[in-house]
Amino acid sequence: MANKRIDAPTGTEFVGHEWDGIEELNTPLPRWWLWTFYATIIFSLIYVVLYPAWPLIDRATAGTLGWSSRGALAKELAAAEAARQGTFQQIAATPIEALPARPELMQAAIAGGAAAFKVNCVQCHGAGAAGYQEHGYPNLNDDDWIWGGTLPEIEYTITHGIRWEADEATRVNFMPAFAGVLDAGQVGAVARHVLSLSGKARPSPAGAQVFADNCAACHGAGGEGNPAMGAPALNDAIWLYGSSEAAVRQQILGPRHGVMPAWQGRLDPVTIKMLAAYVFSRGGGQQAPAASPATATSAAADTPARKANPDG
Amino acid sequence: MAEADEIARPAPPAQPSGQAEPGPSQRDWAGALGPSAAPGADGQAEVGFMGSALYEKGKTVHNKRIDGPFRRFKWLVMLVTLTIYYVTPWIRWDRGPYAPDQAVLVDLAHRRFYMFDIEIWPHEFYFVAGLLIMAGIGLFLVTSAVGRAWCGYACPQTVWTDLFQHIDRLFDGDRNARIRLDKAPWTAAKIARRGAKWSVYLVISLLTGGAWILYFADAPTLARAFINGEAPPVAYATVAILTGTTFWLGGFMREQVCIYMCPWPRIQAAMLDEKSLIVTYKHWRGEPRGSLKKAAKNPGQYGDCIDCNLCVAVCPTGVDIRQGQQIGCITCALCIDACDKVMKEIGRPRGLIDYATLEQCKAEAAGAAPMPAWKALLRPRTLIYFTIWAGIGAGLLFALGTRSHTDLTVSPDRNPPYMLMKDGSVRNAYTLRLRNMEARPRQMEVALVGLADGAVMWTDGISRDQAAPRQILAVPANATRLVRAYVTVPPGTSAGAFAFRLTSLDEQRERDEAATTFTMPGSE
Repeated sequence: MANKRIDAPTGTEFVGHEWDGIEELNTPLPRWWLWTFYATIIFSLIYVVLYPAWPLIDRATAGTLGWSSRGALAKELAAAEAARQGTFQQIAATPIEALPARPELMQAAIAGGAAAFKVNCVQCHGAGAAGYQEHGYPNLNDDDWIWGGTLPEIEYTITHGIRWEADEATRVNFMPAFAGVLDAGQVGAVARHVLSLSGKARPSPAGAQVFADNCAACHGAGGEGNPAMGAPALNDAIWLYGSSEAAVRQQILGPRHGVMPAWQGRLDPVTIKMLAAYVFSRGGGQQAPAASPATATSAAADTPARKANPDG
Repeated sequence: MAEADEIARPAPPAQPSGQAEPGPSQRDWAGALGPSAAPGADGQAEVGFMGSALYEKGKTVHNKRIDGPFRRFKWLVMLVTLTIYYVTPWIRWDRGPYAPDQAVLVDLAHRRFYMFDIEIWPHEFYFVAGLLIMAGIGLFLVTSAVGRAWCGYACPQTVWTDLFQHIDRLFDGDRNARIRLDKAPWTAAKIARRGAKWSVYLVISLLTGGAWILYFADAPTLARAFINGEAPPVAYATVAILTGTTFWLGGFMREQVCIYMCPWPRIQAAMLDEKSLIVTYKHWRGEPRGSLKKAAKNPGQYGDCIDCNLCVAVCPTGVDIRQGQQIGCITCALCIDACDKVMKEIGRPRGLIDYATLEQCKAEAAGAAPMPAWKALLRPRTLIYFTIWAGIGAGLLFALGTRSHTDLTVSPDRNPPYMLMKDGSVRNAYTLRLRNMEARPRQMEVALVGLADGAVMWTDGISRDQAAPRQILAVPANATRLVRAYVTVPPGTSAGAFAFRLTSLDEQRERDEAATTFTMPGSE
């Protein structure tokens, strides 16, 4: 400090740097500022020891506390899972037909079902559950139910699937192909008769006769269908494979049969129950009293068995 | 003369000697801030008081007690602001059984903000935005009119520093006694004094931090839970942090917060102009300084300033106002009180240190008569600011007075946009949000407006058998009810744009309409 000069107006020492006559003053830091600075250094040293800090090639140094962001996430997920357990158990313990009587449980089930639907169902039924008519995937929003639209019936369908050979209790039916049984005129007449049931074509006595002989056994005399055996209603505005005369004729000659997998074994009973609640809530659910009691009891009887053996 | 002698004594090693004095005027901000400052600071420059030290030791400001109009005004502001802060959470306000009865409550958990008869919901955040804009323009207004008045009177840092300085005075005596005690060795008596004083600091800090959390929950409940150790951890953490900051910033950092930490002085300094009121030493009147004795010996040689240093002694931030405008000056005007008192005692006109604008200073230095300070308030800039500020305030009040407490929003289902039903009718689904901002449950009617005859609606709760063009729904008090509504139009009709109309079924019959569309097959 040989060259210790003081700036006259401020009484501050010069640093000794000069640029074109402008000199730098040595203004000291306040002490509290310096101490805060030292405190941050000490903090960082402690932090480096306690927490992951130095990046290595594939990970960072672990830190003595063992904390990691991944671990924190896993802990939060576990906590969320644990928080859900109570609701899960309540849903598991409630028979599905009793769900609507408990609105808060029903809401939880619908929300859970919506999430499960996005993972498991949208591939065929679409994100809005509206199906794909051109491929024969049914719309779940409307009020037309091939296999019944009450909560237990929907649950049964999801559990056992449709025409799913691996499940003994699966819903199954097959409409015979009428190619070779009926001639072209009969097929045209009955196709027009089917369309006439919902006012889309003119009825004819010939068509009515063919329908009564071949179709009414399953589809009903007026084409009202039979959900117990999965015979679609033909007298309404909803057509799984199209409503043109050609489409109907094609279905009479060589019927297509959709297949839906059984979800028991792949999904736990609570998730299936929640899915049923979601599908039911999409706007077309039918009230339970109208359902056939046999289906309801069989679905209820299923529940404990499946719970006992969740893998199969 | 006894009075004047006493006044001349306070700063023990006399200022003019130019030697290292532990007084506050050493931190010489004025010189660093501009050439206009420091008319009398010449001889002291040689003192290398810092040398090449790495840091500057904080110096406690021991401000002397003073009385006067500005001090009394400061007392008043302190009383009002502290009362508002500590008492507000305890005021009760009856809102009926469905809403909290706390007058001012920021209910973060339920996303409501209550302030007496006003209740703000999250969707009305523009009211808060409006208040923030008013605060900003209010800052322009106050600063352009009266300079750093916020700093000098109402800033919490100023108020709490003032409070803590009074605690100092209560325990350790006035300025000279405190300076002596600071220098005294740590005897048992000093330790006891300091311990007692810091305990009082801590109690005040604890109350400060404790009052803060009461704004965010029911005050009596939270206070009881807090004392019983049953309050949530975040309450204890918040109180601990605020207690710590109050203790440290108010008890020890004080003016250093204003000088080093706070951005306000910089912002405010940038908003001052030559017509803003500032606290000024009228150097053309005061210089050259000389004691009464010197002035008596050489009449006409000296100005009005008798160099008693009382203005420095009373300053809560320890600046010397006679060195001109500086960042350390918070314009609290205590030096005006001090100087006016001295001038009165020695029989010279008041206002050697006074509120004045730079423009007035220039005119007065050139010989014009002093102007009353209030005249500086009336000028286009302040009036324009005031008009904008008041306009926004009136707009907010109008919006607040005319807002509806019933609100409806509608979002149609996008996927699928429509649904064909068995009987050939077409169904659309909508998510309705019925908002009831009254603190009581209300029945509300939802009706379809602008759809063909035969169009009906039902909801998840109302089955399709009871579908009708209008439905009555119960909306809980102070809540938004989410309803999924289904609307069908009969086969063969067409539909497009229409609206849901919400009517509250009470004497107010508040109404809201939400326009939406009905999607038909082929019209996507």
